Amino acid sequence: MDVVISVRDVVNRFGTQVVHDGVSFDVHAGEIFGIVGGSGSGKSVLLKTMLGLRRPNAGSVLVEGRDITRMEAAELRDVKRRYGVTFQQGALFSSLTVAENLTLPVAEAMDLAEATFAELVELRLRMVGLQLDTAAKYPAQLSGGMVKRVALARALALDPVLLFLDEPTAGLDPIAATEFDDLVLYLRKSLRLTIVMVTHDLDTIARTCDRVAVLVDGKVIVDTRTRIVDNEHPWIREYFHGPRGRWEGPGRGGRVGA
Amino acid sequence: MTFVAESEPAAGRLRLAGDCRMADVPVLVRELENLRTAAAPRVTLDLERAGEFDVGPAWLLHESLEDLGAAGMTVTVAGPPPAHFAYFDALERREAGASAVEEGKYGWLVRVGRTVELRARSWFEALGFGGRALVTAGTAWTSLKRLRLPSVVRHVYETGVQAIPVVAVIAFLISVISAYIGAQQLQPFGAEIFTVDLVAIGVLRELGVLLTAIMVAGRTGSAYAAELGVMKLNDEVDALESLGLDPFEVLVLPRVLALVIALPLLTIVADATGLAGGALLTSLLLDLPWAQFLARLDVAVADTTFWAGLVKAPVFGALIGLTGTLRGLQVRESSRELGRLTTVAVVQSIFLVIFADALFAIFFLEIDF
Repeated sequence: MDVVISVRDVVNRFGTQVVHDGVSFDVHAGEIFGIVGGSGSGKSVLLKTMLGLRRPNAGSVLVEGRDITRMEAAELRDVKRRYGVTFQQGALFSSLTVAENLTLPVAEAMDLAEATFAELVELRLRMVGLQLDTAAKYPAQLSGGMVKRVALARALALDPVLLFLDEPTAGLDPIAATEFDDLVLYLRKSLRLTIVMVTHDLDTIARTCDRVAVLVDGKVIVDTRTRIVDNEHPWIREYFHGPRGRWEGPGRGGRVGA
Repeated sequence: MTFVAESEPAAGRLRLAGDCRMADVPVLVRELENLRTAAAPRVTLDLERAGEFDVGPAWLLHESLEDLGAAGMTVTVAGPPPAHFAYFDALERREAGASAVEEGKYGWLVRVGRTVELRARSWFEALGFGGRALVTAGTAWTSLKRLRLPSVVRHVYETGVQAIPVVAVIAFLISVISAYIGAQQLQPFGAEIFTVDLVAIGVLRELGVLLTAIMVAGRTGSAYAAELGVMKLNDEVDALESLGLDPFEVLVLPRVLALVIALPLLTIVADATGLAGGALLTSLLLDLPWAQFLARLDVAVADTTFWAGLVKAPVFGALIGLTGTLRGLQVRESSRELGRLTTVAVVQSIFLVIFADALFAIFFLEIDF
């Protein structure tokens, strides 16, 4: 299987505090890869390292075989064009309309006629299942679920090979969260995207993720979704089988009740 | 494989080869446009050697093929169409019925109407805001706690004490400038002693308080608007209200009150350094000793001159404080609003200060103050 992004022996330190002490894993093409961990376990730092926003103290991050931790700024920019990222709060530009938000990344990369930009906006809105009249609205006029969808549409604007989602369903009601999960699954299926998501939503993990990386004690434990829940590590047991876990039996990987 | 597009527009042929990425969109769009303008009755799209398509370019191809078909051309596609075409067909089914809103024929009329409504509402809101401030101030006197003295003191420090250096320097410089111009104009008449009158009356009645107010409007008016605006954007104002606190009492009143206190004090500082500047320049330029400056000052300045300037200060302070807090609380939704309303706060408070100063001038003239 093709490896899209490969994290190799990454060490991240803040002063004397070691956040990651040799973290290694591969993300394969076309999979949905979940990253979980307790508060302060370094999920955001790991995400930033993978995005090239932070240089790790040691180790490397290979994107399609090339090490982004040792790249020149210009080269890194080209790699980042292959990424789509959504942030937890959406991070839509509040002074721009939805259409302008979606056009911005494309307009920065190339010069096109207004009509072409409009057609691309239409495409992205359709892709994330939003009505076309959303285009003229400002982010403040959108509901939480719509903000997440527009953020996803903006992340897709340059047709990335690799999509990073930071807490994609946080703050959504269960119905909207389920719809968002469906959308992510649909995009993966129809576009064969590779998706890395940081999430706390056990339902999202259960429904979407193929493999899960758990950050514990500065290390990472990676396994398929069905097997990770049976891991013997006490924190992982507590995470998946605690009062909110709702996981049943070994190896089933599905959840019961709702 | 790199993307290549070869077209023979006259013959209606377009051959695409290689992988078509987002970066290739400009080339693709250009070739499709050529094809459309050539308007050949038959269009052949050769995809035999085409590789993978990104979603964006595939969509543009999909749409323009539809357009060509709708324009009455016969479109034939040789070779397998991009894999995403099936995805688009699924999308179309999912999204059937969606349509964009269009602005009507009288869009401009609607915009004019909206602007008028918005302006009228804004003034109405300002009136209501001022009234509510008065009412809150009236009721808050009943207890010290409700006046929020620690908050008032903090704001007096930030808006008053910290502004002393800049206000002092500005007043000093302006009075040096006006003394210089006065001395130059009056010397040919041998009336240079009146420079003292000019500086003293100018600074005490108008310049001191006006300059201070304008400085404070720029410094504090903007700070109030930005601070309250960010609080509004973070829902902090709603949070206060949900805790049973009156945002007016907690946020607006201490700030306005602080300026009502600080501005007169700053004005006194400005008056003092302004007079010092005048004295310095006359002693240098006109060889007028300090003692004589003071003696002349006594003659020039009536008992009321100082007060005529100072009584305006609390009014200006209230105007600046109210404008800044009002505009801050009007921030809704976006960061651009915040920037716009902060600007509006400064411009309007300076305008109001000067307008009020004009009214004071007329009033003082009438009552011969």
